[in-house]
Amino acid sequence: MARAVLSGNEAVAVGVKLARVQVVAAYPITPQTTIVEKIAEYVDRGELKARFMAVESEHSAMAACIGAAAGGARVFTATSSQGLLYMSEMVFWAAGARLPIVMAVANRAVAPPWSIWCDHNDALSQRDAGWIQLWAESAQEAMDMVIQAYRVAEDERVLLPVMVNLDGFLLSHAYEPVDVPEQSLVGRFLPEKTPAPYWIDPSEPRSYGTIAAPDTYMEFRYKLQVSMGNAARAIEEADEEWGKLTGRRYGGLVERYRCDDAEIGVILAGSWAGDAKEAADLLRRKGLRVGVIRLRATRPFPADELAEAVEGMDAVAVVDRAFSPGLPSGVLAAEVKAALYDRARRPFVKGFVAGLGGRDVTPLDFATIVELTLRSFKEGRGATEWYGLRGWRPW
Amino acid sequence: MVRPARVATVVTVRELPVEEYWLPGHSACPGCPAALGLRILGKALGGRFVLVVPAGCTTVIQGIYPRTPSRVPLLNIAFAASASAASGLRAALELRGLDLPVVVWAGDGGTVDIGLQALSGAAERNEDILYICYDNEAYQNTGIQRSGSTPLGAWTTTTPSGKRERRKDAALIVAAHKVPYVATASVAYPLDFVEKVRKAASVRGFKYIHLHAPCPTGWRFPPSKMVEVGRLAVETGAWILYEVEDGVLRLTGRSRALLDPSKRKPLEDYLRLQGRFAHLLRPENRGMLEQLKKSVEEAWETVKKILERGGRIF
Repeated sequence: MARAVLSGNEAVAVGVKLARVQVVAAYPITPQTTIVEKIAEYVDRGELKARFMAVESEHSAMAACIGAAAGGARVFTATSSQGLLYMSEMVFWAAGARLPIVMAVANRAVAPPWSIWCDHNDALSQRDAGWIQLWAESAQEAMDMVIQAYRVAEDERVLLPVMVNLDGFLLSHAYEPVDVPEQSLVGRFLPEKTPAPYWIDPSEPRSYGTIAAPDTYMEFRYKLQVSMGNAARAIEEADEEWGKLTGRRYGGLVERYRCDDAEIGVILAGSWAGDAKEAADLLRRKGLRVGVIRLRATRPFPADELAEAVEGMDAVAVVDRAFSPGLPSGVLAAEVKAALYDRARRPFVKGFVAGLGGRDVTPLDFATIVELTLRSFKEGRGATEWYGLRGWRPW
Repeated sequence: MVRPARVATVVTVRELPVEEYWLPGHSACPGCPAALGLRILGKALGGRFVLVVPAGCTTVIQGIYPRTPSRVPLLNIAFAASASAASGLRAALELRGLDLPVVVWAGDGGTVDIGLQALSGAAERNEDILYICYDNEAYQNTGIQRSGSTPLGAWTTTTPSGKRERRKDAALIVAAHKVPYVATASVAYPLDFVEKVRKAASVRGFKYIHLHAPCPTGWRFPPSKMVEVGRLAVETGAWILYEVEDGVLRLTGRSRALLDPSKRKPLEDYLRLQGRFAHLLRPENRGMLEQLKKSVEEAWETVKKILERGGRIF
C-alpha cells in the first residue's frame, strides 16, 4: 500500500484504474473534468488497458457506456450538473437495462443562475432512475467507493448501475493523503470482469429492450425494486470485506458518529459530514450529547439502519444540500420522516435546506443548526428551514 | 484483426443464403420496406452481425416480449443514442476479440434529426460500425409526421398542405466527415443494397448506408406497389444510387444511366402513385411541384459536378 496526496477527482481516477475498467466514455464538465483527464492519461501511457472514448455529449457518454456494458465490458463515466441532466434519458435506460455501470458525479448546482459550486440537486434529480446512489465524505472514501461500486453493481443479485457522488470542489478538488492499495489486493476483492450475464453471441442471439406489454412491464420494474433491496446487503458486505483487506470500514449504508448515547442527531450525506462531526465534538464539550448519521447510500434508502441509528434520540436535524421546489421539506428530510413514520418510537425531525450553490456551511453553522433543532423540539415546531438565507431571519 | 480486402463482387439472387434471419410473424405493416430491408441485410451478412435499433418503426415491428423475429443479437436503445451505443458495443466486442460487425438500423427521424449529433460524433471518431438509415421520409411510427428527410411538397400530418422545406442530405453530411464508406441504396434494388452492405462490412472504420424505404402506410399507396414506387423513385431521379469510397463518388446500379435528364422518367410517374403527393398534381400547386422538380435537378447537378472532378467530393 502506498500513500499519495490526491484530490478527490484523482482518487476516483485511481479507483477506476485499480478496478481495471475497460471502456470509458465521457464528456468534459466542471468540476468532474479532471477525473477523465487523468483516466485519459492512464490509457495513453498504457497504465490502464482500456478504450477511452471522447464522445460529443453526455447523452452519448451514457449511451456508449450502455452499449459497452451490454457487450460485457466494465465501464465508467463521470459527469456533473447540466451534464447529468443532459444524459438523464440514458441514466434511466442504464438502470432499466440492468447494466452494472459506475459513474462518478462531482456534485454541482443546477443552472440558472449558472453555478459551478457544490450542491446535491443534480444527483437528486436522478433519484428515481433506478441507480444505486452512494455519497463519499473524503478522497479516500471516493477511491474506495469506486472499487466497491463495481463489486456491488456486478453482483448477480444486484446488476444495477452505481452513482458515486463526491462534492464538487469541496471534495473533487481538495487534496488529502490517500492510501492506494496494491493492484493484487484489489484483484482479490474485485475479479476481472467477465461478459456474463450479457450475451452478444450470434450462436445464441437475444434481443434486449423490446416492447413489454402491460402484462409484463410491471414485473420488470418489480425486479428492479427487489434488486435494490439486495443492493443494500451487497453494499454492507462490500464495506465489510474491503474493511478486512484494507482496515477501512465506513459503516455500510449508514455511518454513525458518536450516536450511541446521543440525545440529538444530525443526518446528512456528503463531505460536510466532517463539519457536522466537528460540531458534534464541540457541542459535546459543552455537555450536549450530539451524534452524526451520515447516509452513505440514499438509494437503496437505508430505512432500517436509520431507524436503528436514531434509537434513543429525542430530536434529529436532517440537513439537505438540495430541495424539491414545492415540497415543504428538503428531499432527505422527507425521506427520513417517511422511513421513521411507522416506528413505534421516533424522534422529533427538523429539516434544514442549506449550502445550495456552494454556500459555505461551517462547523459553527452546524452547531447553530443543532441549537435551532433543540429550540424547535421544545416548541414543537418541525417546519423545514432554509438555513442562512441572506435578508431573512430563521424565524 | 485484419479484414480481407474490400469485397466488390456483383451479387446475384442465387448467391444469397436461403436462410432467413428476420423471421416471419413480426408486426410490420403489409409491404413494410424496413422489414424487407432487415431481411435482405440478414442475408447479406449471413446472420453474423449485431443490430442496434433506436426508437422507430423497427422497435414496434419486433413485436412484443418475450418474442423476437431477430435471429441476430439485437440491442434496442433510446432514440438519439444508436450511434454512440453502437460505438460502445463495438469497443466491448473488440476487447473480447469478437470481430462481429455492429450494425445500426435507424429510421430517418433517428438519423437525420434527433440522432444526428451522435451520428456525427461516431463518424468523426471513425468508429468501426455500419450505420444504416432506412429512410421512409417521415416519422411513420408516431403517425406520419414530417422529418428532416421528408421531401419538399409531401403531405404529412404536420405538413397538412405539403412540406415547404427541402430535405436535408444526410448521406453527404456523413460523407463530409471523410469516413471510409458512404452509400445510398433502395429496398427496391436489393442486390445493389447487398453489394453495398458487404463492401461496407469489409471496411474498417465508420460506414454509412442511406436506404430509401417507400412506406405504403405513410406515403399513401397500396402495399403491393412498394417495390414499384421504390423503383420509380430511382428511375425518375428522385432518389440517386451512389457510393462514396474514400472520398470518391460513383453512381451505381440503375442511376448510372440517368445522369442525362432525358433518360429519366417524368417525376409525375413517381408522384402519381402516392397519396402524399396528390395535391401537387393539382393546378393550384404547380409552384410547389416546380420547386420539388428543381430540388431533384439540383441534387443531380451536385452529383454531376462531383463526377466532373473525378468523383472527389471535396
